[in-house]
Amino acid sequence: MRFAVPIFPGSNCDWDCINGVEDVLGEEVQPVWHQTSNLDGFDAVILPGGFSYGDYLRAGALARYSPVMESVVNAANEGKLVIGICNGFQILQEAGLLPGALMQNDHLQFRCDFTTLRVENNQTSFTNQYKLGETIEIPIAHGQGNFTCDPSTLKELQANNQILFRYAGTNPNGSLDQIAGIMNRNGNVLGMMPHPERAIVDWMGSADGTRLFTSMLQAWKENQGAA
Amino acid sequence: MLKAIIFITLKESVLDPQGVAVKNSLHTMGYQTVADVRIGKRLEVVLDTMDLQKAEEDIRIMCEKLLSNPVMENFTFEIEEVDESAICSSNLSGI
Repeated sequence: MRFAVPIFPGSNCDWDCINGVEDVLGEEVQPVWHQTSNLDGFDAVILPGGFSYGDYLRAGALARYSPVMESVVNAANEGKLVIGICNGFQILQEAGLLPGALMQNDHLQFRCDFTTLRVENNQTSFTNQYKLGETIEIPIAHGQGNFTCDPSTLKELQANNQILFRYAGTNPNGSLDQIAGIMNRNGNVLGMMPHPERAIVDWMGSADGTRLFTSMLQAWKENQGAA
Repeated sequence: MLKAIIFITLKESVLDPQGVAVKNSLHTMGYQTVADVRIGKRLEVVLDTMDLQKAEEDIRIMCEKLLSNPVMENFTFEIEEVDESAICSSNLSGI
């Protein structure tokens, strides 16, 4: 399985994601500069966290028009697995691949801490190695993770089981319906504020993030077997 | 040349935590009459054209696709004629 990790000016979790794929899965992973416009040959894309373009205008707004994003949108439309973490989630929303928006945290503070998440759907390409309702420890580090969307979009997300992770403890940012991570209707695009790549070995404080990577590999293998 | 002055504001339904924090500070300063504060953005976009109708169309699309986020923001703009002295930003290299 081949992963691409696009790097924008201001990304800062790119190598954590690359190391995450290598250490957890031992699969092939390549950093891809944001000027690249061809992602053919990759099976999955991880949009890393950070502060692309310094969060100028709005978080993720300028990265959305980087050349690489056209091929990320194409990859998503082809059914390839795409995950956006933190700033990557913001970019996916700006690109229209996921609904809603991430506003400034309701308490105005940047929050860097461990959060407890509840796995709300384990029948997905990103969560099949978790148990339904399981609580996991994954760190966050953001100032703008306050998920919002209009009431009809929220109803759709709930009705279609697109909310994969909710904050199980204190809501760290004011997110609507305690939302920490959502996927698209097709089930191949995930956006989440917490950082699974920062929780892959016990000395990090938690290794609960590993199973997000192994879930993706499992889904890809099943898909290969079916094809 | 034409200059578009664009105002981007949070939708009324969206909580503005920055505005609330500023309101609280104004109260601390003694301005108890302050009932509400909302924070927005003002952008100036200078266009090298005199075609007002095309400029309005372009600015509207720029606002819809990049300058504002329709999920949480509204925009308004006005366009005025300007001369070249309106261009004041230095030419930073592109990133």
